[in-house]
Amino acid sequence: MSTVRDTWKKPPFIANPVLRYGLYAAVATYVVVTLATLPIDWDRVSDGLTRAQRIFNGAFPPSFERTGLLIDGFMESLKIAILATVGGILLSVPLAFMAAGNIAAKPIYLLGRGIIIVARSFHPVIVAIIFVKAVGFGPFAGALTLVVYSVGFVAKLLAERIEEIDFGQVEAMRSAGAGFIATLAYAVMPQIMPRLVGLGIYQLDSNLRASAVVGIVGAGGIGATLANAFGRYDYDFALAITMVIVGVILLSEAASGFIRKRIA
Amino acid sequence: MLTITKLTKRYGSGDPVLKELDLRVEGDQLTSVIGSSGAGKSTLLRCINRLVEPTSGTVDLNGTDFTKLKGRELRTARRRIGMVFQSFNLIDRLTVMENVQSGRLGYISTWAALTRRYPREDIRHAYELMERVGIAHYANKRADELSGGERQRVGVVRALMQRPEILLADEPTASLDPKTSEQIMTLLRDLASELKLPVIINIHNVTEAKEFSDRIVGMRYGRIIFDNQPAALGKAEMDEIYAGVPAEDRAQVGAAA
Repeated sequence: MSTVRDTWKKPPFIANPVLRYGLYAAVATYVVVTLATLPIDWDRVSDGLTRAQRIFNGAFPPSFERTGLLIDGFMESLKIAILATVGGILLSVPLAFMAAGNIAAKPIYLLGRGIIIVARSFHPVIVAIIFVKAVGFGPFAGALTLVVYSVGFVAKLLAERIEEIDFGQVEAMRSAGAGFIATLAYAVMPQIMPRLVGLGIYQLDSNLRASAVVGIVGAGGIGATLANAFGRYDYDFALAITMVIVGVILLSEAASGFIRKRIA
Repeated sequence: MLTITKLTKRYGSGDPVLKELDLRVEGDQLTSVIGSSGAGKSTLLRCINRLVEPTSGTVDLNGTDFTKLKGRELRTARRRIGMVFQSFNLIDRLTVMENVQSGRLGYISTWAALTRRYPREDIRHAYELMERVGIAHYANKRADELSGGERQRVGVVRALMQRPEILLADEPTASLDPKTSEQIMTLLRDLASELKLPVIINIHNVTEAKEFSDRIVGMRYGRIIFDNQPAALGKAEMDEIYAGVPAEDRAQVGAAA
């Protein structure tokens, strides 16, 4: 009987040693070469630091003098977020059914997936720029942007949830002779409802955050107020706005987390 | 009367799961189908109401050839076949009453289904049936609050709400403990004679099959190799039904259980 071995080493990440060390060497060389050739102008970095210093000096103490403007901006952001969430979810539900491979026929499925991919492929800022060009400055462009953003996110995750359902319930409805809509309403909707509510609440929170960003390119809301404050060198007001944005987002995240935990 | 003639089902290009199978079920007989996993029992039941599309052959229920139907006609015809499932397939988040009424979805309008405005007659029928199987007091409970045996009773009532001409049960007791399993089998047998309803049950528990059925059908590799009264099922017949492994007889096995 042979002796039992008492040493063991984890097999290496790449079995071939030449390939393994070659890869490590290549990565190291790339990092060194990149750092050496990057056009980093250290003078500009130090200039930037002094400029940042000036901005921060101007920003302290934050000014809450124009609270009215701040509140108006926020209410607009909130309206944009709510409108976009409701609109986004209304569009997302049928789209999610279209994009669920186990429910929709192949051509419908491809169409649904295609729409979702397009909605997801651009960052909200880019979509906002397009909508601001199309419908002009203001909250309407912001709301439309966030509808697209919501659809991309909610419809995709909802479609994935639909693909995970217990198909036995669908079979049961089919065997009873139920029509298509009735089958969806009885066998599918109850199964995806908790996820839909959770996604809706998360999306409201996410839209509120995003509305601050899209406002900077002219799509209304608190982002527009912030962009104006920066444009006029009102750094103290800008800081006040930023602080309030952070506060509100912390609050909304806590609230949405709490609700989502409750419904799960 | 259900008449199945030369029924064949092939998944993909493999060997057929059902091979020119003939079967006739009538009256208020309780027929049990036994056989090892992969013998084609589930596929057979699902081919009857076309949850699975048969490759060839005919399924005739009281004069309607189910294999020729399409779309709306098929949906209307499916109302005539009740089905009970192994995993109950109830809608967990809906109430027992909604689950029971879902057996009527083939009859009522989509709008009535969405708004839960069920016809009075259906509600009365539901209460009668729920009373009969002992779950009437659960009408407003969510289906996932019930125990396994109670859930399967809901499944049976849902199927009976269709006022079916035949009841199919795909391993209705496989997820239940022995005692509950016996209760459900008793219930199915009694309902078969009370409602003059032929019942076909796929079952793994041969002892139960022999105790409760009027007739036993033994399947092996997509063919019926035994069809007789329970008393005629002896050791030799059992050995033949459960002999071998499917892989020996079928090069490629389909998705059927």
